[in-house]
Amino acid sequence: MLELHAITAGYDRRAPVVREVSLTVEPGEAVGLLGPSGCGKSTLARVAALLHRPDSGTLVLDGEPVRGWRHQAPRALRTAIGVVFQQPRLSSDPRLRLADLIAEPLRATGRREEAAGRVAELAAPLGLTPDLLRRRPHEVSDGQLQRACLARALALRPRWLICDEVTAMLDASTTAALVEAIEHYRSTTGAGLLAVGHDHTLLRRWCDRTVHWDALTSSDGHTTAALDVPASRSAR
Amino acid sequence: MTQRPEPPVLAVRGLSVRFLMPGGRQVAAVTDAHFDVAAGECLALIGESGCGKSVLASALLGLLPANARTAGRAHLGGLDLLTADERTLARTVRGRMIGLIPQSPAAHLTPVRTIRSHMEETVAQLTGVRGRAAVRTAAEAAAARAAFPAGHLDRYPHELSGGLAQRAATALALVGGAPLLLADEPTTGLDRDLVEHTVDELRRHVDVPAGAAGASPGAGSRRALLMITHDLTAAERIADRVAVMYAGRLVELADAKAFFGTPGPRHPYSRGLLRALPEREFTPIPGMPPELGDLPAGCDFAVRCERATDACGRRPRTTDSVACHHPYLPEGVRA
Repeated sequence: MLELHAITAGYDRRAPVVREVSLTVEPGEAVGLLGPSGCGKSTLARVAALLHRPDSGTLVLDGEPVRGWRHQAPRALRTAIGVVFQQPRLSSDPRLRLADLIAEPLRATGRREEAAGRVAELAAPLGLTPDLLRRRPHEVSDGQLQRACLARALALRPRWLICDEVTAMLDASTTAALVEAIEHYRSTTGAGLLAVGHDHTLLRRWCDRTVHWDALTSSDGHTTAALDVPASRSAR
Repeated sequence: MTQRPEPPVLAVRGLSVRFLMPGGRQVAAVTDAHFDVAAGECLALIGESGCGKSVLASALLGLLPANARTAGRAHLGGLDLLTADERTLARTVRGRMIGLIPQSPAAHLTPVRTIRSHMEETVAQLTGVRGRAAVRTAAEAAAARAAFPAGHLDRYPHELSGGLAQRAATALALVGGAPLLLADEPTTGLDRDLVEHTVDELRRHVDVPAGAAGASPGAGSRRALLMITHDLTAAERIADRVAVMYAGRLVELADAKAFFGTPGPRHPYSRGLLRALPEREFTPIPGMPPELGDLPAGCDFAVRCERATDACGRRPRTTDSVACHHPYLPEGVRA
């Protein structure tokens, strides 16, 4: 379980952008978090991804309360979470070839010798050919780079995936291909997903259930009751 | 051929753009594009990222990098945009004949100047309005035309939301009364409500005569809009006609109603794009677009196409606005 309890977070303690928000993702579940731009949903996603320390509230990951964020988080927790961001150009080192970009999590955790095999294993189903893997980010399209960023997020076989507007820059076909790849990974590993976005149609089609930001932040405090927006996944 | 009462605002004939790369390599970014855009009409140019859409826009504005070579013609108001020199482009085309609505307006505006300052400079440059008070009034009127709130005129670009920055950029594009508006991915990164709002406003600027700009050269006639986008929902909402681009070529040109509704698109690639939408089948087109520097000899789409046969080893000719050997036929017609 990924449990966010009464999270308050932001960039200025006097004016937090996330106030007292709770959200739970069951193992293997896909939850879509919907909200307009600037509402704070990305900040909540960063908290869940251990990338932003909340001002208050707790995050419990598979029963273990999280005490440190960013570099202070224990490696076992950090590697349990894979993150994909909105803008692949901003989340990839321009100096790395795509193969090295995908292998980076393996290197960082001292598993360099596995890299070649794992990269090939990840790249093939995403359509990343050996030719593409030899290139640097400026030599590929946004869609190709985002595929590499997804491969990087999956390199350590995370139990949880956090996807923040991962398809906002992409065309319809690339979006469908990326979602298909994520769902394939989830169906083979049982990983849970928190997908953040503003596209109702997309998230309702993609996720088991969707939650609207307004429902999470309603002042009555009974936020969990408002979570159960009916899913429309059956159509797939 | 000439059934339209007036000639098109923009007529593109056989436009090609090649980038010359080190080692003698060539990248075929745009190949043999033919299309028109009429006054009061919106043509949406759609396709996957990297298919050459934005290069086409840059070619029309004369903003290609030095290693680009163009061929063909692009007629706008008696001028061929592809052969015009920089002086002509700078003094008569950009802003005056073509208003550009950029992809990310927040990055397009000067960060250290207010929106009012942008507006006043643009008004002074592009219109005959002279005198401080007159320019100020004209700038406010220009902002109002794109529904930019007067109370926000003294703000800096970073103080604006994405939607307001978009309106500011649109207002600037409208100042010169240009007969052609060119919108390059105007809705990228905006949320759905804002996309619909932006698109509806663009449509409004096509539907009302450009004459509202006062001393504009195109007074009285309606604008034409060429919108480049990968957002199919936005295209459906705004477009009269749709041009589909794949690997640098226009593979289909269709009426928007028929394209998005029935009988639907005729090129297999266009069908695939629509099928990928989450409100439709949500299934991707297998594979990825080919490299523009290494295109196949035959149909560029054949390797990803479910209808491909041996015939697709030859390049298809564009017949009836579709470049395909095996197009889907309009309903009720049998081959």
